[in-house]
Amino acid sequence: MYDFAYEKPAALAAAVSSLASDMEAKALAGGQTFIPVLKQRLNKPSKVVDLAALGLSGITVTADTVTIGAMTTHGDVALSADVQKAIPALAHLASMIGDWQVRHRGTIGGSLANNDPTACYPTAVLALGATIVTDRREIKADDYFQGMFTTALEQDELITKVIFPIPQRAAYQKFKNPASRYAMVGVFVAKFASGVRVAITGAAQGGVFRHAAFEAALSANFAPDAIAGIVTPADDLNSDIHASAEYRAHLIGVMTKRAVAAA
Amino acid sequence: MPQVTLTVNGKTHTVEVEGRTLLVELLREKLGLTGTHVGCDTSQCGACTVMMNGTSVKSCTTLALQADGASVMTIEGLAAADGTLHPMQEAFREHHALQCGFCTPGMVMSAVDLVQSHPQGLSEADIRHGLEGNLCRCTGYHNIVKAVAAAWPVMHGKQPVAAE
Repeated sequence: MYDFAYEKPAALAAAVSSLASDMEAKALAGGQTFIPVLKQRLNKPSKVVDLAALGLSGITVTADTVTIGAMTTHGDVALSADVQKAIPALAHLASMIGDWQVRHRGTIGGSLANNDPTACYPTAVLALGATIVTDRREIKADDYFQGMFTTALEQDELITKVIFPIPQRAAYQKFKNPASRYAMVGVFVAKFASGVRVAITGAAQGGVFRHAAFEAALSANFAPDAIAGIVTPADDLNSDIHASAEYRAHLIGVMTKRAVAAA
Repeated sequence: MPQVTLTVNGKTHTVEVEGRTLLVELLREKLGLTGTHVGCDTSQCGACTVMMNGTSVKSCTTLALQADGASVMTIEGLAAADGTLHPMQEAFREHHALQCGFCTPGMVMSAVDLVQSHPQGLSEADIRHGLEGNLCRCTGYHNIVKAVAAAWPVMHGKQPVAAE
C-alpha cells in the first residue's frame, strides 16, 4: 500500500471541504472494499478522509419509509428488528453480504458510493426506488447508478442517508460466487401499489439494471410463472471464468422466480 | 507521524503509525502480539480476526488509525491472568478443533463473538454460517463446529465443558 495522509473530521462540512480541496483525496467509510483496493495499489490517494466521526449511522422507520444513515454497517441493518419488520428483504440482503467480520465494518454508503457491478445494495436501492441523500441534494435511484463503479456523485459529494419506501412485498435472491460471496446474479423484486420493480446485480457489464420485461409481466401478475417464456438477452451480460453471459441470462430468470416466490 | 491511542487487552498504548499502517501490523509489529495471524491478507481467511469495540473485525482490513480510541481484544487477551483458558479455548482443546493451528486464533475470536451475540442459542447451521469468514486449510471444520457448540452453554453459564 502506498502511504497517504489521514484525516478524521468531526463535521460533515469539514469532510466535504477536505475532499473538495484535493482532487486526489478519497473518502473512507467502512473500508472493506477500499482498503483491499489500496493494498493492491489500484488507487493512490494523497489523503484519506475517514467518515467515522460524522454521526452518519442509524436507522429510522416511519409508516412509509426506512431511512438508513450512510455509515450504518451491514451487520446493523441485518440485525435491526425495525428493518426486519418494515422491509425484511432489506435485512436479509444485508445479512448475505460478505461475512460477519465484513458486515461489522462495511457500510451502506460505502457500498453505494463504490457501485461495484456485483454488489448487493444497489439492487435494493433501485428496486425499491430509494432516494439517496447527500450533503447537497437528493438523488433518485433511477438517476444515481450510471454504470460500473460510476454514480451521480461529485468527487467531493458525500452520501448522508438513504430513504427506502416500504413496499407491499419484496425479496432478494442471490446466487453467490462461492469464493468471493459477491453476486454472480442477485435479484431484488419489490411490489408497490403502483407496480413491480425488478433490479439485477452481478450480471451486466454496466452494473445494476432494471428488467423492464419482468416488471411489466409481474405488475400484471405477481407470480413466478408470470415471467416464464420471457428471454433475457445475453448481449450486455458478463462472461468470465465463473459463468458465461448465457448462463447469467438464465440465472436472472431463475433467481427472479425465486425472489417472487419468497416475497 | 500520526499517533494512535487504543486499548489492547485492557492496556492503553499510544503508538506512532503511518496512514497506511494496518491494525494487524500495529498489533504484531509494534506491540509484539503475534497471536493474531496474517493468512491471505485479502480479507477472506479471517486468521487476523480480533474484537474491536466488542465485535469481530478483520485486522488486515482495518487501518490502525481507524482503531484510534477503540478497545481491541486479541487472542492473547482471552485467557485469565492466571493462565486459565477462556471457555472457547478450552472447548477447542477438548474437541481437538485444530490441526496445524494457523487459523485458530482468528477462528476462536470469531467463535467468541458468535456465541456472545447469540444468547438465544446456536444451531449447527448457525455456527457454520456464522464462521463463514474464517477459513481452515486443514478442513478441520467439523471439530471446530463441535467446539463452538460445546462452548455456548459454558459461556452462557448453563453447564461445564464435558468432553466425550
